Amino acid sequence: MTLPTLDVVDLSRLQFAATALYHFIFVPLTLGLSWILVICETVYVMTGREIYKDMTRFWGKLFGINFALGVATGITMEFQFGTNWAYYSHYVGDIFGVPLAVEALMAFFLEATFVGLFFFGWDRMSKTKHLMVTFLVALGSNLSALWILIANGWMQHPVGAEFNFETMRMELTSIADVIFNPVAQVKFVHTLAAGYVAASMFVLGISAWYLLKARDTSFALRSFAVAAGFGLASTLSVIVLGDESGYTIGESQKVKMAAIEAEWETQEAPASITLFGIPNQEEQRTDYAIKMPYLLGMIATRSLDGEVMGIRELKEVHRANILEGMEAYGAMQKLRAGDTSPALRAEFDEHKKNLGYALLLKKYTEHVTDATPAQIQSAVDDSIPRVAPLFFAFRIMVGLGFFFLLMFGAAFYLLVAKKLAPQRWFLKLATWSIPLPFIAIMAGWIVAEYGRQPWTIAGVLPTFLSVSDLSLSQVWFSLIGLVVVYAILLTIEMWLMVKFIRLGPASLHTGRYHGETPAPGDEVLPAVTPHPAIS
Amino acid sequence: MFDYETLKIIWWVLMVTLMLGFALTGGFDLGVATLLPWVGRTDDERRVAIGTIHATWEGNQTWLITFGGALFAAWPLVYAAGFSVLYIALIFTLFALFLRPLGFDYRDKLKSPRWRNNWDWGLFVGGAFPALVFGVAIGNLFLGLPFTFNADMRISYQGGFFGLFSPFGVFCGVLGLAMLALHGAAWIHLRTDEIVQSRARRATIVLGVVVALLFALGGWWMQHIPGLRVDTIGDLNRALTPFSKTVSAAPGAWLDNMHNWKWVWLAPVAGIAGALLAALGAARRSGWTGLAGSSLAVTGIIVTAGLALFPFVLPSSSSPVSSLTAWDAVSSQKTLGIMLMVVVVMLPIIALYTAWAYRIMRGTITLAHVRDEDRAAY
Repeated sequence: MTLPTLDVVDLSRLQFAATALYHFIFVPLTLGLSWILVICETVYVMTGREIYKDMTRFWGKLFGINFALGVATGITMEFQFGTNWAYYSHYVGDIFGVPLAVEALMAFFLEATFVGLFFFGWDRMSKTKHLMVTFLVALGSNLSALWILIANGWMQHPVGAEFNFETMRMELTSIADVIFNPVAQVKFVHTLAAGYVAASMFVLGISAWYLLKARDTSFALRSFAVAAGFGLASTLSVIVLGDESGYTIGESQKVKMAAIEAEWETQEAPASITLFGIPNQEEQRTDYAIKMPYLLGMIATRSLDGEVMGIRELKEVHRANILEGMEAYGAMQKLRAGDTSPALRAEFDEHKKNLGYALLLKKYTEHVTDATPAQIQSAVDDSIPRVAPLFFAFRIMVGLGFFFLLMFGAAFYLLVAKKLAPQRWFLKLATWSIPLPFIAIMAGWIVAEYGRQPWTIAGVLPTFLSVSDLSLSQVWFSLIGLVVVYAILLTIEMWLMVKFIRLGPASLHTGRYHGETPAPGDEVLPAVTPHPAIS
Repeated sequence: MFDYETLKIIWWVLMVTLMLGFALTGGFDLGVATLLPWVGRTDDERRVAIGTIHATWEGNQTWLITFGGALFAAWPLVYAAGFSVLYIALIFTLFALFLRPLGFDYRDKLKSPRWRNNWDWGLFVGGAFPALVFGVAIGNLFLGLPFTFNADMRISYQGGFFGLFSPFGVFCGVLGLAMLALHGAAWIHLRTDEIVQSRARRATIVLGVVVALLFALGGWWMQHIPGLRVDTIGDLNRALTPFSKTVSAAPGAWLDNMHNWKWVWLAPVAGIAGALLAALGAARRSGWTGLAGSSLAVTGIIVTAGLALFPFVLPSSSSPVSSLTAWDAVSSQKTLGIMLMVVVVMLPIIALYTAWAYRIMRGTITLAHVRDEDRAAY
């Protein structure tokens, strides 16, 4: 049987990237907004002031519009490993499937069961119980991020598993290693905080728009305050706990580090950082580089004497890995043919950690053990992802990260100093900044996942071997179908979202907000009186 | 801890349990959506029907997601082979499933009748199509799916999308759709009143009889389909690959387990008795009897399918030896053991809070209630 053609591989990758990035338009908002709902509702329960209930319900409406698409597009992700990545599913399902199953049992059930009660249970339970329900929705969605990032972290840094030649797959050796994988833990905190930033910017930007229009100012200012505080704390976490520290752990992470810094050669410690430049992959250098001395070494190794390995040196490490992997592959073939001698078994066990590197050769030859030097060189070159996309994606992410810090810092200052109203430019900027966290997050995912290439499981399973044996037309069909359907769904979602943002809290029909005439007998709350900071 | 062979059997039971979890809860959600055009002629009537499930459907659908995740973790080969061989069918199912969260969450957001009608048709497709496809898929398990493994355990496929729609495959699809529609009808009958309830009552009676007849017909049909049996297999306590066994095909082999173990007959008897009980319950205007009957029918029918196939879980039509069984498609002993612990701890907790959620949302959904709640729609 021949290996799948590269076209199916490329299309499957494109489909996965498109559906995953699309799914991640909705996830960050769910992660962050759920806590903003908890904050607003907690204040409501503690103070009894109706405006905080209205805030919970209004932002909850937008949360719901967003949540529906998060749920819908999440199912695609769960199906897709099996539909498009069947060999991957077989090869690592023993480990990778576990966090996915636990995610469903521990997180999805929680989130999905209580989200219905959040919306429909306001009049069916006490205030405190409803707050608990809201909290459990937030907990569930955040826990699901934990488990999915444990799964993803394992793809970047596969620990707690080894290859079994009898079943031709990776098998679990330590679940604790998989759960407490340092890469996974760092990514988890970073991804969550990024989601909180996105949600804070969303609430901040929409509140700023109401303030600009001088409508529902009391409602908007309080929302603005919640978003500014939550956003500032989250941005600080994103930056301080950035998964920078994760890049020194494990081979693939080191490659990523070298690629995002376009670090072609290993520098003398402490390494300088390249602020900007144009990476040139063919000649392995960075044109027009602007460098800052010492910084990279200090960020990456938290020391003045730690080295950051360059691409050229990493390639030599990979060449050695490939050669060792070929030994392992040869031994494996004999073992699978029925040879049971202990010496052969020992040889295989000694080299099997690099078996994955030998699989890189399968792109060039069926007979891995007889690979020519030229084929080995091709595999070595493949072992490094393209530098330029990573270099730029990383800079977009980090640059935006610092911009968010300024934004939330300024928002917080202007709010506390009661100087918000005259700064119309700032309110406009806040509104226009709503999409930016999503761009930063996507850039981050590109760094993490494109930077993992050529592997699906770093050092274990190359991407081109991971796909299902599908025909090109099947993948074209699904890709086009998904793009069309997703475009329609996004249009509907955005339309509805904008409609409800324009309606504002008046969409709650309480009679207390912009454009509503209070029904006779309705209590007019102080909510509509102008806030001192705006007058 | 358990030995490997015991764990393999426990996981077969757990996978059937998870599937039942979905069929018994998410099942009536699919059924309600399928019946929407019949039980609700006006917007308010449809809102009554939807009102019986709108706060809880999402938790119910999680059984399906959990089934998928558990399949990946416990039976990775079945997940890999099954999902990729059914590629086009699953992509269509995905499109249909997309309509559910959007339909449920968006339809009440606007008053426009056109907006609501369109979403209601979306919900109908999102309910009926997956129910049909799940049935077709199970039917095709008995016929075998066209896949083979090579020595590296790569899967290749020979059949296409339309191959799934053989007469028996379509028949099973119709049975699956009718079964979940019955369950949905029984649910609406229990939870509503007035006109919506009386339509659901009639649907329960008709569908109860139809399901019983179709299921009996399926049993007769099964005798004429070539089934598979395992002739020899390696040590069940060890890690096996599909190639560790020999398999032969024989007409009626899917009835082997019924001949060998008499207790297996309980499952099909429960299937037929349950469907008839649902009809009887509805005829006597007892909502609870109807729902108990439809639940028994769903359980009996699914367990019958599982037991008839056992130990097979994903038979291959193009290479019988590539067929996947509960013995050779499983994860390592360690993974099965860890996952068992997770399930044993989590399922009771899930059951508890799900029960609480249903308690909070209990009560009859009436037309008056729906009209009253109009402006509170989220």
